[in-house]
Amino acid sequence: MTRESILNAVILALLVLVPAWAVLADEPFTITLATRAVILALAAVGLNIALGLGGLVSLGHAVFFGLGGYAMGILAYHVQAYEPMFEWPFLFEGSKSMPAIWLTAILVSALAALVLGLLSLRTSGVYFIMITLAFGQMFYFFSISWSAYGGEDGLSIYVRNGFPGLNTLDPIQFYGLCLAILVIALVLASRLRLSRFGLALNAARQSPKRAEAVGLQPFRLRLTAFVLSGAITGLAGALFADLNRFVSPAMFSWQMSGEIMILVILGGVGRLYGPVAGAIVYVLLEHVLGGLSEFWHIYLGLLLLAVVLFVRGGIVGALSGRRAAHG
Amino acid sequence: MADPALETRDLCKSFGALEVSRGISISLLPGEIHAVIGPNGAGKSTLIQQICGVTAPDSGSVFLRGRDVTHLPVESRARAGLARTFQVSALALDDTVLENAVVGAIGSSGKAFRFFAPALGDRELRETAFSALERVGLAEKANMRASDLSHGERRQLEVAIALTLSPKAFVMDEPMAGLGAEGSRIMTGFLDGLRREAPILLVEHDMDAVFALADRISVLVYGSIIASGTVEEIRNDSTVREAYLGETA
Amino acid sequence: MSLVLIAEQVLNGLQFGIMLFLMAAGLTLIFGVMGLINLAHGSLYMVGAFCAAAVAGATGSFLLALVAALAGAALAGAIVEMVVIRRLYERDHLDQVLATFALILIFSEGTRWIFGSFPLYLDVPSYLSGPVTLPGGIAYPVYRLALIVAGLLVALGLYLLISRTRIGIQIRAGENDREMIAALGVDIGRLYTIVFALGAALAGLAGALVGAIQSVQVGMGEPVLILAFVVIVIGGIGSIRGALIGALLVGLTNTLGGIFLPELMKLFMEPSAATSIGASLASMAIYILMAAVLILRPTGLFGARA
Repeated sequence: MTRESILNAVILALLVLVPAWAVLADEPFTITLATRAVILALAAVGLNIALGLGGLVSLGHAVFFGLGGYAMGILAYHVQAYEPMFEWPFLFEGSKSMPAIWLTAILVSALAALVLGLLSLRTSGVYFIMITLAFGQMFYFFSISWSAYGGEDGLSIYVRNGFPGLNTLDPIQFYGLCLAILVIALVLASRLRLSRFGLALNAARQSPKRAEAVGLQPFRLRLTAFVLSGAITGLAGALFADLNRFVSPAMFSWQMSGEIMILVILGGVGRLYGPVAGAIVYVLLEHVLGGLSEFWHIYLGLLLLAVVLFVRGGIVGALSGRRAAHG
Repeated sequence: MADPALETRDLCKSFGALEVSRGISISLLPGEIHAVIGPNGAGKSTLIQQICGVTAPDSGSVFLRGRDVTHLPVESRARAGLARTFQVSALALDDTVLENAVVGAIGSSGKAFRFFAPALGDRELRETAFSALERVGLAEKANMRASDLSHGERRQLEVAIALTLSPKAFVMDEPMAGLGAEGSRIMTGFLDGLRREAPILLVEHDMDAVFALADRISVLVYGSIIASGTVEEIRNDSTVREAYLGETA
Repeated sequence: MSLVLIAEQVLNGLQFGIMLFLMAAGLTLIFGVMGLINLAHGSLYMVGAFCAAAVAGATGSFLLALVAALAGAALAGAIVEMVVIRRLYERDHLDQVLATFALILIFSEGTRWIFGSFPLYLDVPSYLSGPVTLPGGIAYPVYRLALIVAGLLVALGLYLLISRTRIGIQIRAGENDREMIAALGVDIGRLYTIVFALGAALAGLAGALVGAIQSVQVGMGEPVLILAFVVIVIGGIGSIRGALIGALLVGLTNTLGGIFLPELMKLFMEPSAATSIGASLASMAIYILMAAVLILRPTGLFGARA
């Protein structure tokens, strides 16, 4: 076993043991923190597919996170307000069922990623960064101006949505559900990177002209990666909204895009568990530093600066002492 | 005479006022090595780019096994069997030698959009990749990172990746570049045998290698082919000696 | 809708556009010369605004406030360049994005720490307040008109600086060939610091000028930064002329879209729905403009063709 896989096992063990301890010690707030970390990790696992594997520096992933959030908010709002979403061609009242909400979140964010990808992947480098950031802002302002769903104030959902056979109001059950999804996403991501697609995408990142010269289509590979990436981040957005029972334009903000990217970088770009490590550390910092100082973002900024300038490879990279195994 | 594996007809290309290809027609026959030589700035790179589809010609056509591929993109030409190697190695340096070769096999298979099964566990891909690596003598280094290979080995890996395409024609951009005497000798011996598999359009500065390998030589100067013929004919051609060989001698 | 209203909105659009130009010009210059994407440019805008508000509060002089904005932002820019930014020139864009994102966090929270969370106000000086009557009977605020004039003067100055001066020659050389300018004996480190400080000063000036119309607060820079990115994508990266045209297009689209789209919608639907849908569309108008440019010319209107 490499040091990286030992580290991965430790991370997973923490995600099981800490909440288990919290249940025994009756520390529901710890469970909420852990849920937050797991959901943010899922969002970052999504971004890592585009960023780590595809080399696409997207500063607009809040679009998908927000769309997932609003998919939850809108579907649940209609049930809550007893206002059908539409009555034609059939009566649809919205939904309070997590599987239906998740599916919607995935489809909507995948579709958005397809359209944004078709536009922004025509460019590369700095253009791509600026364009994804700009489209993120477009969704942000759109959500503010769209008063039917709360506008600037967002939407509150009073009761957490349901999942067949579980009591999602119980923090630990909801946590378990989120963790299960994260684990599934990690398994899929690990398979993805070793699959034909993963190898081809990886080659297109490192050397696009080589990829073309062996008959691969870098544009299509990147677009597909962007869509997969957006779909996963969208699912995370739906869960995040369900955790807070609230969605607002803040989920679309550029700060959100930046935060998701920070998670990936803190953990280590292109590392399978990098986003998970990054999310855990981020939530801990937020909690610990946020408790010490109102201005904890200064420390976060200094830490991020130090990681970028001096610690290549993030936490997983520093602790496993090995270059990123992108393949 | 056999039909050419690769042929250009009257390729013309200008960048602004600069004519880089002035009606270039060359052919590559099965079993041969056809060398294109010429001074720097003669338009060799642009010629390769037009043949491979990176740059579109202003006029003229490119045929691969008799099929007009002028308007096909790079990747379609590659899947049709046009294999190129790069002057500056364009390898995925973070990846292993095997992974680099497997990517070639994935590309030529036309089935890159499979998301779940591990590519390295695919018997067909592995066989294609390994047999290409064996051909160039890199099979034992299959699990090394490409970045750990020597310069000469990287050039060999370039060729191995081209081989995974089961090529109908090779286009090689200075495969001897930076190889040193011993490396050039090995590469020359290898390319010599490779021509039986698929003909090679060889753009090369190393005249010893060109004279040792080529069946035919075309001389490109300022965007035009000024002479074309066998090694002997080119050696003795007075315009060529004047325009080109004189400079290097 | 009256012609006066339209003329007024066109002027507003120009004023907004010209302020965006001050931001975009610095960004595009920094990218053109140093190849750096600087997310912290919005922070320098904010620094300028806060310097101006602080000095205006202490001295009551608007002119001194503008000088303070220019000097403060340029100084902050020079320091940031020397401490952090110069380590990023050789790094990839991802590292540049992250490090400058970190700078945003530091600047924003630092400013909040010093000045608190409440917005500051920068008053328009008495000699520039009140309306002026333009030909055609349009009453328009003097201050906004002054912004347009000031912005155009800065644009002209920038043009002269780049086309006529020694430093301008070095900047243009730096955009084309970095090695050559080192070979010419130009101290490239110093040049980079100057360019960065110049860009920062432009951003700081914009922040102070706009700060007198809006409020001066933490987080004011980033929305403007993102709009400046849209400007650059539309105009083409590295092109000052593109930045000017792009900025005016974005300014006009944004302002006029907000007026006309709801009116346009009223032709198709009932007024209340039209107002809300029109407002939503207007909020997206500049991004749709950007998307259209991307489809037609992925490298921007004045960018080098790829």
